[in-house]
Amino acid sequence: MNISSSAMAISNTESIPGRKIVEFYGVVTGNTVRAKHVGRDIMAGLKNIVGGELKGYTELLQDSRKEATERMIEQAQSMGANAVVNVRFATSSISQGAAELFAYGTAVRVV
Amino acid sequence: MEDFFEKLSMFTNFIWPLLLLAGAYLVGSIIEKKHFQSIRKREDGLHGIPVVSFDTMPEDWRVSSSDMVTGSIVISLDYFKRVIAGLRGLIGGRIKTYEPLLERARREALLRMTESAREQGYDAIFNVRLETSRLANAGRDGKGTAGVEMLAFGTAVKLASRIG
Repeated sequence: MNISSSAMAISNTESIPGRKIVEFYGVVTGNTVRAKHVGRDIMAGLKNIVGGELKGYTELLQDSRKEATERMIEQAQSMGANAVVNVRFATSSISQGAAELFAYGTAVRVV
Repeated sequence: MEDFFEKLSMFTNFIWPLLLLAGAYLVGSIIEKKHFQSIRKREDGLHGIPVVSFDTMPEDWRVSSSDMVTGSIVISLDYFKRVIAGLRGLIGGRIKTYEPLLERARREALLRMTESAREQGYDAIFNVRLETSRLANAGRDGKGTAGVEMLAFGTAVKLASRIG
């Protein structure tokens, strides 16, 4: 899955490979809180008996993570950055059936 | 008529859970075996792409472009293994039923990440990180979802030249 849909360069290393950081803008964050879908939950409940991949949940989390990343990128763009480095992901379940997906990194200008 | 209800309650209380356990064990084992087969097969096909957990690249690599790639999976144990794990939780010790679950989730996440990098034409992935998060809690009786999410992510690079 390709996580970044824009022209923004993102990486989870301390720099963009092959390029040089000229300016730091600070930490940018993006989050999304998602609840489970009832239909998907019933399917997951059935799948839970025999085990294996819960595809509905895999997709749900992928979409959510993409959205969190896009929000982070938007914030970086509004600061005038053209790259986000050292990106990290975090997941926390805040209540039964809902989870927060969180992406953060450092907005920089690279040349 | 009483006899019928007695039989019915015996069925729902005793035989049905046993049937469910046996069915879950059979189907679950088949699914796990097939999954491991498919993982091994796909891993063999991806040998050309270095996937490393270093945060720096070898100095002689000249990179033309890079992007972050991810791969993830949500996976759960079957009912039988969940009950076994629950029982094991009473006496403590190594829970063998969970080990293959996490292993296949981790290898599948890495595979998906590598496959997506290859589809986009990248030559290598570095600074690979793996994250595990529990989705929901499973009760000791084997009820509730025991979903685990495994996420692999790293920085994929296209190489302009690789000396040596």
